[in-house]
Amino acid sequence: MADELYNKVRILCWVMTGPNNLETKARHVKYTWSRHCNVVIFMSSVKDPDFPTVGLGTKEGRDQLYWKTIKAFHYAYEHHANEADWFLKADDDTYVIVDNMRWMLANHTPDEPIYFGRRFKPYTKQGYMSGGAGYVLSREALRRFVEGFKNKVCTHTTSVEDLAMGQCMEKVGVLAGDSRDTAQRETFHPFVPEQHLTAKFPKSFWYWSYCYYPISEGPNCCSDVSVSFHYVDAGGMYLLEYYAYHLRAFGYRYRYQPPTPKAYRLELSNSLDSAGELKEGTSGVKEHGDDDLPRPDQGQDAGPPPVVGKDAAAAPV
Amino acid sequence: MLSERASFMKGMILGGVFCLVLSLLGSFSPITESKTEDHHHHHVKAASKDELQQLSESRLQELNNQLQISCVIMVQPKNLVYWAAALDTWTKHCDKAEFYSSESSKALEAIELNEKDDWVRLRKALKHAYENAGDIRWFFVAQPSTFAIIENLKYLVLTKNPEQPFYLGKTMKSGELEYVELNGGIVLSYEALKRLVNVFQDEDKCPERQSALWKLSEDKQLAVCLKFTGVFAENGEDAHGKGLFNSKSVDNLISESMDQNPNNVVKGCCSDMAITFSSMSPNQMQVMMFGVYRLRPYGHDFHDILTFYPPKDSDND
Repeated sequence: MADELYNKVRILCWVMTGPNNLETKARHVKYTWSRHCNVVIFMSSVKDPDFPTVGLGTKEGRDQLYWKTIKAFHYAYEHHANEADWFLKADDDTYVIVDNMRWMLANHTPDEPIYFGRRFKPYTKQGYMSGGAGYVLSREALRRFVEGFKNKVCTHTTSVEDLAMGQCMEKVGVLAGDSRDTAQRETFHPFVPEQHLTAKFPKSFWYWSYCYYPISEGPNCCSDVSVSFHYVDAGGMYLLEYYAYHLRAFGYRYRYQPPTPKAYRLELSNSLDSAGELKEGTSGVKEHGDDDLPRPDQGQDAGPPPVVGKDAAAAPV
Repeated sequence: MLSERASFMKGMILGGVFCLVLSLLGSFSPITESKTEDHHHHHVKAASKDELQQLSESRLQELNNQLQISCVIMVQPKNLVYWAAALDTWTKHCDKAEFYSSESSKALEAIELNEKDDWVRLRKALKHAYENAGDIRWFFVAQPSTFAIIENLKYLVLTKNPEQPFYLGKTMKSGELEYVELNGGIVLSYEALKRLVNVFQDEDKCPERQSALWKLSEDKQLAVCLKFTGVFAENGEDAHGKGLFNSKSVDNLISESMDQNPNNVVKGCCSDMAITFSSMSPNQMQVMMFGVYRLRPYGHDFHDILTFYPPKDSDND
């Protein structure tokens, strides 16, 4: 299933970095999550042919963030518009689980004017997406972004990159999407897992007034198919890679079963003949076994008492 | 001259015979009544995927029935935060979890042993666990700052017979003594525990109170006593020979791997099927719960030969 989504939901990841961060931060992104993107580009103020990074021709510094963002998206559009369906911006201290982003995006098409991230509410009508947690634009959204600058509908309104982005998106009619999973749990996170899972943010902390959707502290903070975390240091990158892609509990039947994206269920039903039997020669969604069969009304709770063997798929929902 | 040489030769021969007799006597050790195999290998590996595929349904069912784990957690009121963390995290996955405390605690429930000596406490706890085993055939001893993935422990012992003596974990050598580090968790099969409880009655081989001069740590003492019963420490490893029991925290191990294998940090670090990590802070344990039992990339399915269901009334797994 992961392979199918890799080919059907193509993501270009561009990582905001700088010359001083290449060995201390960007390198660890390069060796971990960015390998799961269809295309990855490291964007810096200065070109570095060895890393490699693209040179955006800006200066470095917090006040340059939106300039870098504008130029980076323009670069991606000019050079790689046909190589991807979705365009992600991330920082060099953002960890992204690209496979989960594909799951979330699979229910949408790149022709929709939409973008996703951790939705914040202030200053804008429809909200905007946290820069640090990463945000992803559809190809149509990117096209409108570039068009917006051409027509001067969008300009460098503020150096607060994520807010400025949100303002432009609103002006060009791109929808701020809801990235939460089917249990309403957030997938893009502005902090590290430890903080979301264990910290009690004081009520005066800006976070409380910024989040568009109701905040959950503790285990409900974060989806099983979380997409991103922010303020992740070097060790944290490898730790998240280990937790997400390597360490697991043998035989464990997860409580939350993310439903198969609609488009992929549709494919399966198209390959069934009138009697509801799988047509000969169709591959549909079914790859390895019964576990992948679509069950749209999948619940999240524990199944019946322990059962041995391969009959797990027969357990009632 | 001749008589001197003769005396010399007589002396040499006598001395030689004397030495021979002494060494023969020294190497004589009581062979225990055992109809089972002699476990003189030093490592125990988890079954490979191929080996598992070859098991029949009925054999799987049989094996599943003997896979219950009884967790013996040695706590102290002064380590209350770790105790509480263990209670709220990994111990929920034990089929039976019993906390043995040095003294009474008003905050949390435990079996109070009222004993200051670590070795005596361990003896009492193990004896209690043995006497209350019921149908359970595998025992896991740990301190609360050790995080254990019980499902992976089941995977390790899946094809091993608990009626044979197994004493597994992270093995260390102290002179001639090979022992399992308590830090990384100690696994005992029913047969090993049975022999241990029996040898507890032998004050010569396995004294309860050690002299202050000759005090061994409780994990070394355990190894000494078990050795007398013909049970030897074995290192628990995955199918690739990587250690499954860790006496350091996951953060620590990742950090070490960053130094030692900078181009292959995650694979060079720890097993995908790791069973224990030690010195984990309560927050790190909550993150590990999330990382092991929840966070994963969509579309990667393992189709394990057994299914383990989440525990009831738990919200962080």
